[in-house]
Amino acid sequence: MISVYHYMTIAAILFAMGTYGVLTRKNAIVIFMCIELMLNSVNLTFIALSRHLNNMDGQIFVFFVMTVAAAEAAVGLALMISFFRNRESIDVEEIDLLKW
Amino acid sequence: METIFFYIIALVALGSGLIVVLCKSPVNSALGLVNTFFCLAVFYVMLYAPFMAAVQIMVYAGAIMVLILFVIMLLNLGTEARKRYTHGVVWAALASLLSLVTFLVFIKKGQITGAAGDITKDVVMSVGHTELIGKTMFTEFLLPFEIASILLLVAIVGAVVLAKKEV
Repeated sequence: MISVYHYMTIAAILFAMGTYGVLTRKNAIVIFMCIELMLNSVNLTFIALSRHLNNMDGQIFVFFVMTVAAAEAAVGLALMISFFRNRESIDVEEIDLLKW
Repeated sequence: METIFFYIIALVALGSGLIVVLCKSPVNSALGLVNTFFCLAVFYVMLYAPFMAAVQIMVYAGAIMVLILFVIMLLNLGTEARKRYTHGVVWAALASLLSLVTFLVFIKKGQITGAAGDITKDVVMSVGHTELIGKTMFTEFLLPFEIASILLLVAIVGAVVLAKKEV
């Protein structure tokens, strides 16, 4: 029988993978996709716990997480296009204008 | 039967998560991410949340991934130049492993507390998941819902301003 712990374990592993990707990759879009992966693992935890507790609130939270992720995708990709126009690259190693 | 199905889907989800993290080409990463989203949608169906599964497929696998793939192809990104920063990889692996161990210890040793409701599987099956979500969202969570719509409006305006030609 599948319990809530199975789902939470899967979500934890996905979250750790996303962390690894955010810390190691150089391409800004891939980092962005790893962040989406982490957001999705949190969504899975929310829904599993909401089912476990027989409570609807967790699923409403997932709805808001999705809204924020959509807004983030729009603004983040616009930033990347704007940066690419100036630097011809979206390597995060080159985003160092504020470094001193 | 359900257990075997769960493990197969879990394997596919974790495998495509690895593809997202490790593939050199951004397009392959994006396709792995779509696969992960579909697997998570299957999990949502197994957790008696079919509306969330539908929204997951429409919003994530549909809208957001199309946006990301569009930008990848617009910018014509090739494979990453593979510069080896081994110490960075080691530290990142350590950090993510540490967080994973912490999560697993909490999941194993902790106990779940929280306000238990009365919406069991049978209620979801008889009333319908979409109706339950709608009732909760438009009574208890009406103000956050309106704030979310303002957030989306701000995001649209911000994206247009940022991506305009003369910045």
